[in-house]
Amino acid sequence: MAELPNTEERLTPDTFLRGLWEENPVFVMLLGMCPVLAVTSTTVNALAMGLATTFVLVCSSLLVSLLRNWIPKQVRIASYIVIIATFVTIVDYAIQAISLELYAALGAFIQLIVANCVILGRAEAYASKQKLMTTLVNSLGMGAGFTLALLSLGTVREILGNGTILGISLFPADFQPWIVMILPPGGFFVLGAWLLLFNWLRLRKERKATGPIGVTADAR
Amino acid sequence: MDKGIEIRTSPHLKRVVSVEKIMRTVVLALLPICAFAVYQFGLSALLLLATTTGVAIWTEWFFSRLSGKGNTVSDWSVVITGLLLGLTLPPGFPLWMAAVAAFVGVALGKALFGGLGYNVMNPALVGRAFVQAAFPVAITTWTPAFAPGRFAELIPSTLTLPFMQPIPVDTWVAGLQLDGWSGATPLAIQKFQHIEPPLTDAFTGMIAGSAGETSALLILICGLWLAWQRMLDWRIPVSVLAGAALTALPFWLADASHYPSPWFVLSSGGLMLAAWFMASDMVASPVTARGVVIYGLFIGSLTVIIRLFGGLVEGVMYAILIGNAVGPLISSWTQPRVYGTSSRKSQG
Amino acid sequence: MNLEAQIQTPQPRTPAWAMLRTLGGIAMISGLLVALVYQFTLPIIAENQRVLTEQAVFRVLPGAVGKRDFVITADGALSPAGEGVDGALVYGAYDQDGGLVGVAITGSALGYAGPVNVMFAYDPECACITASKVLQSNETPGFGDKLDFDPAFLKNFEALDARLNDGGDALANEIVTVKHGTKTQSWEIDGISGATISSKAMGRAANNAAQRAVPAIARDLAVLTQQN
Repeated sequence: MAELPNTEERLTPDTFLRGLWEENPVFVMLLGMCPVLAVTSTTVNALAMGLATTFVLVCSSLLVSLLRNWIPKQVRIASYIVIIATFVTIVDYAIQAISLELYAALGAFIQLIVANCVILGRAEAYASKQKLMTTLVNSLGMGAGFTLALLSLGTVREILGNGTILGISLFPADFQPWIVMILPPGGFFVLGAWLLLFNWLRLRKERKATGPIGVTADAR
Repeated sequence: MDKGIEIRTSPHLKRVVSVEKIMRTVVLALLPICAFAVYQFGLSALLLLATTTGVAIWTEWFFSRLSGKGNTVSDWSVVITGLLLGLTLPPGFPLWMAAVAAFVGVALGKALFGGLGYNVMNPALVGRAFVQAAFPVAITTWTPAFAPGRFAELIPSTLTLPFMQPIPVDTWVAGLQLDGWSGATPLAIQKFQHIEPPLTDAFTGMIAGSAGETSALLILICGLWLAWQRMLDWRIPVSVLAGAALTALPFWLADASHYPSPWFVLSSGGLMLAAWFMASDMVASPVTARGVVIYGLFIGSLTVIIRLFGGLVEGVMYAILIGNAVGPLISSWTQPRVYGTSSRKSQG
Repeated sequence: MNLEAQIQTPQPRTPAWAMLRTLGGIAMISGLLVALVYQFTLPIIAENQRVLTEQAVFRVLPGAVGKRDFVITADGALSPAGEGVDGALVYGAYDQDGGLVGVAITGSALGYAGPVNVMFAYDPECACITASKVLQSNETPGFGDKLDFDPAFLKNFEALDARLNDGGDALANEIVTVKHGTKTQSWEIDGISGATISSKAMGRAANNAAQRAVPAIARDLAVLTQQN
């Protein structure tokens, strides 16, 4: 992870893009693994979970950023948790209002967004030190990165495990579903495969950057 | 060598047994079992074994090239993985699923850990466990042994197109007009109907089951030969079988009409093959003499517990995988005391 | 940061009132937001719930266009659902003329992975269960989810005997799931081979639902058929 900015950051495209690639919360920082593994058995669930988390992330980051000069250091964690819990409750009601079937599919993982370390991490490491606008852009990027990661797991698992994508059948009727993919182990397999791909791409990029000698191999 | 005396530093090994030699001997011991499987189930079993072995070799070659380690196919161990995997699958298993099993087994069970010597679990069983979870119906579809014309035609499900559901075998089996064919293995019959099929059938292989697990007698002979050649640690299969028999005994004594007899436990399912050829995997089993006995007893009794009380009919696969997982722990528990030290703690 | 720097700039003490002010303020904002959203979504959620139940009822009782909710009271009677009455819900389903099509009853039992909640259609005329729909289950995909799709299994629920005994307080024959291929009686459910635990749970759910609701329905059929 790039070093955390302790001074106020200027708004650049990188503020947004970092969350998608360089500091992707799932593929690089390996945060928030619980929903990543648990609710990505279908694309719809993954998308809903990603958007719900993004909403909570953006709203709570904004509020933390807004109140950053007003929250004493000693009570900051308690304040962040209360703020995050508020937005999780709002999302909880909102999803129930949108679709009860989706609510049943996501189960306890909506309430568990409150314990998602991506959000608390953003509040502590970024929003509490940055201006409103950069916080908004950065948390949107992080949310997008999280959603993207969930989607990439969800689509693979749904295609292999069910032969469908967004509920639309992709294969002839006698397609053999890989049942393991929609079971919990499938989450681990697919996450492992994506991490392999991401690390391979990153290593290749770093090799190219350091030239063919490659003495300064990956430090991480 | 024309030098009179050769002076070496220790260790003074009497003979050098290379990995390759051990593995070749194991392959040799597996060949009669494979031959019997082909004799029993015909061309489909031959193709199945060829597929799993071929894909396993290819996967090993591919990953050894990718990791730049040089070709590790020549140590023969991957051939064992391929053959064992093929022997544990139902004879009519679709070839594309068998290929998936072989790839996952070698890639996930072996290559990702760093190849031979670094794998935590038996690669063949990793592959089988994956397809068991992915295709639970196909892996429990059995076809009759000694079908007439088994050398002329294939079991229809063998040549299923990749990613498609296996072609149903019901009509094909019905066309064979076999008396008393229920499509269930002796283990399933015992578990759900509490009828023990005749023991001699299970011992000689005249039953339904995976390609290579049906004849307990043949496996026993091959295993004994291998042990006599000192290519496997005899303590492991003996303690696995003892563990299974001892666990089954009290239940059978308490209620013989409901629980299987120890003899049935030993001769049915994949226990015999697993005890001799899979639990004894040199890499994935503990290293101490006391450790392997604990490990064997643990696997044996876990197998019976899963069979009797679990949702699955056969438990030996998961028993060995769990055994492999606790293997290092058993090794560290049973470290022999260093000579001259007073207590185990002093080892640090 | 070295020692001198630390001494030169001591951390100012945060007064307690600042902490109280912050936490109190945030709690107030939080409470306000949650209350607002709750108020706003409450009717929508209730409506969703109603539509969902209605869909399930209409699915198990084809031909129905209207639904009324009833409650089985503590003394085994049936009364229209409303404020102040609680107990297990049953749903009367009606056709266009207001005639009773059937009653939807729900039951639940422990399956392979947690509870299986099922809605059954009960037909008072033939005293049997005529359809089933799994409302919620976590059963293993590929095995346990056959409960709602397997045509052979669903056939069990087309005319599942749920007659009352002579006393009228329980079923004449308990509904049970039997091993695949051994169904002989009209109150037995032919299990799915390979999903024994799930199909047994389904049988227990049917039995629970019928044992609880059928005596009340038989007793107060007039309440159900009464036009309003």
